[in-house]
Amino acid sequence: MSDSRKIAIDVRGAVKRYGDFTALNTVSLSIYDNEFFTLLGPSGCGKTTLLRMIAGFEEVTEGAIFLFGDEIADLPPNKRPVNTVFQNYALFPQMTVLDNVAFGLEMRGQSRPESRRAAGEMLELVQLSDFASRRPAQLSGGQQQRVALARALAPKPKVLLLDEPLSALDLKLRKAMQMELKHLQRETGITFIFVTHDQEEALTMSDRIAVMSAGALQQLGAARDIYERPHNMFVADFIGETNLLEVTVREVRDGRAICSLGGGHILSGKSDQEVRIGARVHISVRPERLFMSDAPTDAEGLRGRVRENIFAGTDITTLVDLDEGPNLVVRTSNSDRGNKRIFEPGSAVYVNMEQEAARLLMD
Amino acid sequence: MRRAKLDIKSYPGFFAITLVCLLILYAPLLVVTVYSLNDSNSITNWEGVSLRWYVDVFSGPESQKFKAAAWNSFTIAIIAATVATTIATLAATAMIRSGAFKLRSLSFGLISLPLMVPEIVLAVATLIFFNSVGFTRGYGTILIAHIAFCIPFAYLPIAARMQGIDASYEQAAQDLYATKRQAFTRILLPMMMPGVISGFLLAFIVSLDDFIITNFVKGAGIETLPTAIFGSVKQGIKPNIMAISTLLLGVSILLVTISYVVSKSEKTK
Ligand SMILES: Nc1ncnc2c1ncn2[C@@H]1O[C@H](COP(=O)(O)OP(=O)(O)O)[C@@H](O)[C@H]1O
Ligand SMILES: [Mg+2]
Repeated sequence: MSDSRKIAIDVRGAVKRYGDFTALNTVSLSIYDNEFFTLLGPSGCGKTTLLRMIAGFEEVTEGAIFLFGDEIADLPPNKRPVNTVFQNYALFPQMTVLDNVAFGLEMRGQSRPESRRAAGEMLELVQLSDFASRRPAQLSGGQQQRVALARALAPKPKVLLLDEPLSALDLKLRKAMQMELKHLQRETGITFIFVTHDQEEALTMSDRIAVMSAGALQQLGAARDIYERPHNMFVADFIGETNLLEVTVREVRDGRAICSLGGGHILSGKSDQEVRIGARVHISVRPERLFMSDAPTDAEGLRGRVRENIFAGTDITTLVDLDEGPNLVVRTSNSDRGNKRIFEPGSAVYVNMEQEAARLLMD
Repeated sequence: MRRAKLDIKSYPGFFAITLVCLLILYAPLLVVTVYSLNDSNSITNWEGVSLRWYVDVFSGPESQKFKAAAWNSFTIAIIAATVATTIATLAATAMIRSGAFKLRSLSFGLISLPLMVPEIVLAVATLIFFNSVGFTRGYGTILIAHIAFCIPFAYLPIAARMQGIDASYEQAAQDLYATKRQAFTRILLPMMMPGVISGFLLAFIVSLDDFIITNFVKGAGIETLPTAIFGSVKQGIKPNIMAISTLLLGVSILLVTISYVVSKSEKTK
């Protein structure tokens, strides 16, 4: 991303402690205006905590958060031009759908008829105009979700925070809502900060992703960047599926580390970081970047035996027991079948890596 | 019948026990209600149905006394229940919505403790308190005492209701630019309303019904319905007492029904 873009939210060295427990450990990240930004990480890693600090429901123990250049520590939630779609929606049960959506506008000082008119337009945008006079309890989960979205968008916040908004929906509805959210973000031009523990969801929706674990930022980058160039074991393992091989670094040549796997086998991998000769590190390679052959294609091919082929519609997953080392997962897309071979279970094969597919991970 | 044996939810014999319980609970009330309609000067001989004792309550020789007592009882109950409910609502908001402060369970215990202290102890303590601060006993002391002992009764349903309301509703309100005060009045209070109404009705009934504390702090020359009834009964039970009791019973049933309907209608929403 270019540096000329406006920064909407700037988190600088944010720490959050609950007593002795550190929920968020010195997180720094910048979120650009107009961006669909995702906080991704397993449950309990501190995503909600960070979101609540931005919304103003939690104090920042150390560090600071800036909104379009201004520190917001002293602003209560109702003074921040930031709205939240809550995980449980938190729709006001005693109000109609229309009044729910109009609430924020009214609190901002707009007249009742004016806020109701704007709320009606918002409901149109999420296709719920027919339900305006219902109570939230009379709607389905997906509809409530859209009301929550309309309610948070109606006051036209500068930043919209969404805390796992799709986690309660079934798969089909979730896919549809993913598209709708993405669409709404483009249409409104509002910065979205989206929280999820679902890596697939994060990859499909986001401009950029911040991967978090145990209260710390692990990697920040575009979806593709994070998938193809994970910085560490956690990211490689959490995003998508990967094969991890424990190796010892022997030599570094032209940005590639030559490593030994055991049994005298040599593997090389690319690394962005400094590597020490003799270090025990991991090589990560995605299943779809492996292919099988019955004769070695280069010096690094790994010998093994096919255990099982699993057919899954668009691709076939093959489990290979290596002669030396762990088992590998090889994925062959059905569209690749011309170039890549599938072997029967029991066949002796060589597993080879595509160019530049192997990445060295330090921890 | 064979299927009933397989029904693990049915315990044979328990139905009979239930009937006995209901009989013990309701037989005295039933007797009083029926005999309040007795057309006789005696409280034991049945001489046919009439409303003469109800007429007697409102225009008989004791009617002035009972009217004054009823006025005191109802005004005290309304004021005491209103004040106690307001205090209880604010206390519940403060205690449940201010995070897990250290003295929270202690405060909760202190608020509900009076429910478990023998009433006679409270009565004596209240009397000693009024004497030591030099209050003249009368309407005012009854009212203050009623407000005090009504608070825990009002507090329990309100706190129970509030505990069931997720904090995210107020946060959502504040997130949508409501001040803390607006979040309370526009969102939290309407959601708490069934609990507040239950608390008010409970406090009202408890105040209306109180005898022991009232009797200690009321002073001479002022009566509430329970003390007036007691005073009258000391001179011998007359059928008009049964009519008054039945009327009080009617009021209580009405209030309990309202309370039930309110909580029911909220749940089905
Ligand atoms: N109010 C709190 N008091 C103590 N610990 C908390 C509190 N809120 C969250 N935590 C802890 O902080 C960690 C991060 O929580 P959270 O941000 O909710 O995780 P996530 O949203 O990523 O699942 C968790 O271990 C959680 O138990
Ligand atoms: Mg969370």
